[in-house]
Amino acid sequence: MTKILLDRIDEPELNTLDVYLRRGGYESLRKALAMSPEDVVAELKASAIRGRGGAGFQMGTKVSFLPHGEMAKYLVCNADESEPGTFKDRELMQKSPHMLIEGVMIAAYAGDIHQAFIYIRGEYQLQADILEAAIAEAAEAGYIGKRILGSGFSASLVLHRGAGAYICGEETGLLDSLEGKRGNPRLKPPFPAIQGLYAGPTLINNVETLSTVPHIIRMGGAEYAKIGTETSTGTKLVSISGDVKRPGNYEIELGIPSREIIYGLAGGPPSGRPIKFWFPGGSSSPVLTGHDLDIPYDFDSMAKAGTMLGSGAIIVADESRRVLDTMLKVAKFYAHESCGKCVPCREGTNWTHKMLQRIYTGEATPMDLDIMASVQEQIMGNCLCVLGDAMAMPIGSFVKKFRVELEDEIEAARERASTAALQDVVAVGVAGEHAGPMPVH
Amino acid sequence: MSFRDRRVPDHAGTLPERAGDGLGDGRPTQPVARFAHGSRVPGWDDAVDLTKDPAVLPDPATTPVPDDLRREIEAAMARYPDRRSAAIPALHAAQAVHGWCSPEAIDEVACVMRLTPAYLTSVASFYDMFALTPKPRNDVFVCTNISCSLLGADELFDAMKSAAEGSDVDVRSFECLGACDIAPMASVNGEYVGPLELGDATRIVEDLQAGRPVLPDKQIRYRRSVDTDPATAGDHDDTLPEPPRDET
Repeated sequence: MTKILLDRIDEPELNTLDVYLRRGGYESLRKALAMSPEDVVAELKASAIRGRGGAGFQMGTKVSFLPHGEMAKYLVCNADESEPGTFKDRELMQKSPHMLIEGVMIAAYAGDIHQAFIYIRGEYQLQADILEAAIAEAAEAGYIGKRILGSGFSASLVLHRGAGAYICGEETGLLDSLEGKRGNPRLKPPFPAIQGLYAGPTLINNVETLSTVPHIIRMGGAEYAKIGTETSTGTKLVSISGDVKRPGNYEIELGIPSREIIYGLAGGPPSGRPIKFWFPGGSSSPVLTGHDLDIPYDFDSMAKAGTMLGSGAIIVADESRRVLDTMLKVAKFYAHESCGKCVPCREGTNWTHKMLQRIYTGEATPMDLDIMASVQEQIMGNCLCVLGDAMAMPIGSFVKKFRVELEDEIEAARERASTAALQDVVAVGVAGEHAGPMPVH
Repeated sequence: MSFRDRRVPDHAGTLPERAGDGLGDGRPTQPVARFAHGSRVPGWDDAVDLTKDPAVLPDPATTPVPDDLRREIEAAMARYPDRRSAAIPALHAAQAVHGWCSPEAIDEVACVMRLTPAYLTSVASFYDMFALTPKPRNDVFVCTNISCSLLGADELFDAMKSAAEGSDVDVRSFECLGACDIAPMASVNGEYVGPLELGDATRIVEDLQAGRPVLPDKQIRYRRSVDTDPATAGDHDDTLPEPPRDET
């Protein structure tokens, strides 16, 4: 299979400039600087690479949205990888930081940008240290700074550590956080390409997207576009976790059957049990079941199946797992991470979490499932950002696809609760104190 | 009589207070005084003395700032076009010095950055990694999100909690830390370790107390990529051959 990003990724000391240069590093930057910025954008457009962060927007098009002319423009690399199940950027930054730096500098040149930032999540301490060292090394060697490689192009690069907030992975929340504020999302439009960081035009791209840029320049956009499918070009890193034998990051050509990833590469559930459900693109994507394993893994096929490729994080759960446990984890996560700015998201995530807890405690009725489904519908599209939607989509799909199991859960919990209440003659507490186990963390 | 003027009834203190555990991350939220039927006792939201003026910019003459901290914050401010962008790096630095974002730590940052303590508190309270209450020096974040909990993170968190009982280790359950390939995992003072077994909980605490590197054989920095030839992927060793071992 074609390996581009993970090609010899475990080579010792790849994080140092020496080894990276020996492998032909920064040659793409040299090649790009010899081209005109317009030609670099044309190559990116020809490659048709779609953003690897979740939204899947074409990078070349995004760059061309930046206004021309003399003004302070910014490039921000989104390294706030916090979508549950996603860990591809971590491996890239830890093992090949110079590839990202080179990609950032080429993208900056393409957009005529002179100030670039990498916003890395606060928890990635090791990766931040490695990147910091790599940036210092690259600046020392003249790949960052004034008049790069003797050309007329100058650009700075600053590493910025976050402090633990999922919402800062949302592009406008990230911009606010980078400006030193609480990470609240902004109203769009204006989109960041017009008015972003410090109110200047801003290009925001994911680590994986930017790490691919040097390879696109090296291969040529048209050559890169030959990999994958027509509308989903290139290779994609897939993070697989959960009930699989060999969890980890795999580089796949877009468009291969999902079964090949889950069973072929990751080995399928260790227990040998069939797959009950799986998230195809992080916990924000609507779930698929064991019957959907033959869907090709690319942006459009996933959209057609009613879900999304998202960040490329596959979480697998086998037949023995309770749907309710995972739903509670999902709802709790989004309730915790909602910034609280928009009411549908703040209240919707919180009440969905409470409704799921009621199922455990035996207080729920089957009607609650309808209420829960309607709450999800009312969150969708009614907020500044998609954090609320990111809970509404998986929860809504769980209620739709596993309704029978959830109704059984409700019935069983109610029975447990009433039996316990009868047995305990001096029952003073709420029924919940007697009901079945509920994970509380 | 306005709502704010109502006094808390004398019996309010004897009523059962629901000290919730918030969203279940193991930290108690501020308990709100409630009546037996569950409604809140008036006055529960009287947070501040409204007659007091808000805190202003701390006076540099009366706010001593350690030199190292001042230098670090000033260097951070110089990196950005707008000095306010340095708020998060500055709070990280202050927390490293003081152990938590204490009022003194906030004042020192405010003094150097010329921002109000209120502004910095609003920023610090937004992010999970800033502590606004005192905490033990060592941090153990146990990921209890989907992938990790499928593989036993909830039990691991309980084991970690009891192993850390009475020691200088703060155990928190955390949202996805971005290392589901080593699930169930934890971040120990920023060092990712996994996949963990229940028995590793006591080892982590012992390693921390002895000042050793934590579980060197399970640190993510030594983990190899799994994306090798599928035919041999099952056999190959997941860690580099020789992670440095502590001799002591």
